[in-house]
Amino acid sequence: MNQNLTRIPLLLLALSASPWLCAASADGRTIATQGNGKGATACIACHGQHGEGNADAGYPYLAGLPVAYIKNQLTAFSNGTRKNAVMQPIAASLSQQDIAAVADYFAGLTNDKLAGSAATSTDASGKGAVLAHNGKWVAGVPACFRCHGADGRGVAPHFPPVVGQPEAYVRNQLAAWQTGTRSNDPLGLMQSVVKSLSKDEIDAVARYLAAQSGK
Amino acid sequence: MWNRFLTMSCLVTACLLPGATLLAADVPHATALTAPISIAPYQLPADNTMPDDEFGKLVRLGKRIFTDTGKYAGKYVGNDLSCSNCHLDAGRLANSAPLWAAWVKYPAWRGKNKMVNTMEQRIQGCFRYSMNGTPPPADSDELKAIMSYSFWLASGAPTNTDLPGRGYPALAKPAEPPDFERGRKVFARNCALCHGADGQGTKADGKVVFPPLWGKGSFNWGAGMHRINTAASFIRANMPLGKGGSLSLQDAWDVAYFMNSHERPQDPRFAGDVKATDKAFHQHQCRYGDKVGGEILGMK
Repeated sequence: MNQNLTRIPLLLLALSASPWLCAASADGRTIATQGNGKGATACIACHGQHGEGNADAGYPYLAGLPVAYIKNQLTAFSNGTRKNAVMQPIAASLSQQDIAAVADYFAGLTNDKLAGSAATSTDASGKGAVLAHNGKWVAGVPACFRCHGADGRGVAPHFPPVVGQPEAYVRNQLAAWQTGTRSNDPLGLMQSVVKSLSKDEIDAVARYLAAQSGK
Repeated sequence: MWNRFLTMSCLVTACLLPGATLLAADVPHATALTAPISIAPYQLPADNTMPDDEFGKLVRLGKRIFTDTGKYAGKYVGNDLSCSNCHLDAGRLANSAPLWAAWVKYPAWRGKNKMVNTMEQRIQGCFRYSMNGTPPPADSDELKAIMSYSFWLASGAPTNTDLPGRGYPALAKPAEPPDFERGRKVFARNCALCHGADGQGTKADGKVVFPPLWGKGSFNWGAGMHRINTAASFIRANMPLGKGGSLSLQDAWDVAYFMNSHERPQDPRFAGDVKATDKAFHQHQCRYGDKVGGEILGMK
């Protein structure tokens, strides 16, 4: 059989499928910008027009996060393994489909903080930098960048970027792992890592990570 | 070959294991690993005390090579690993084959090649086997850098002493002989998150973050880590990262057995015959030359 003929139905199938794909991502955008009309408010109200976050208020960026990570967080808010007074009711109002759509949408947005190539230094000095680059292994604390990527920009799907987020956000998350208000980490890795961090160390590493971003 | 597990006593195994300390073999494993890991009886030097001179430059290069071997010593590397994959915390961490403890124990006789090895030769062995590459010459910048970094890390350590934390702590035998299927489950539950469902490792931006555990990007059949007992010791003490000591003794043995029952790059001492190579170099706890899933390991 002429191979060109066999390709035509496949081509038609591909063309007919594409509007559906566009519709799915438009749904994500609609939820992000307007809410879902069922109790979930617009994400961008707090997380920024382009998912860039709000450093002053301590709201994290969502743009460019791994899609599986965003989904896991929304699921964790709705099942209570990640506690947050604002996010829990919003996540509970999202269907599984809504979660998937909105995760796809934000994962697909570009994020300047994760762009370019960050310089990697192995000769860190300063308490925050040392924790980020070297860790405190004798106390069971690997370097942040050991698992979150050499420049802290994440290792999909499970390890999110940790650089360039608002300082207050990073500090709050590390504290949440310690107190147990956040317990949705795979294998309990973060809960284990933060156990021996002092308040001073948490402050220092949050300050350092917040100040780093793609060049 | 694997049948050695059934015939050798734990004590003999610990003696043959190049990375394990005899000291650690006397410590009951359960308490040894749940207690906080003790560091050397002296303070390891901090990075910001690396000297600001020509020697310091080599020390810095040594650390860089250790943590990103492909980038800083690429011409001697034949896989996707870095030294720090098995020597955690850039060669500083006790019970993770730390450099400072090795430094004070060489030159030493090794059963592996039946001769006295200098520290240079020991490091060259790592490149040949664990890095599946080419040994850097003794006068190369790369080898001098690793020597300088090791020497600097051991500042103040007593020489020719078995320091606590050397090698990986030898493990007691498990209650049940290690099992592939149980190991597969332990792997899926605890390891696949980082090392991938097929042990292929995980990259970010094209850079290896979590190393491949078997296959062509991993260590070869001559590396110490291909031994079930060595791998089990490392895993139990150090894996998952940040949660060392969390796996049971049985889980550590099972998952080490599972990991090392997969094909990996050929033993560089191979001279055309798996059986002969098995007989000459694999009379210990390993799967080289064994049939797994219808294939003889070591044939590729």
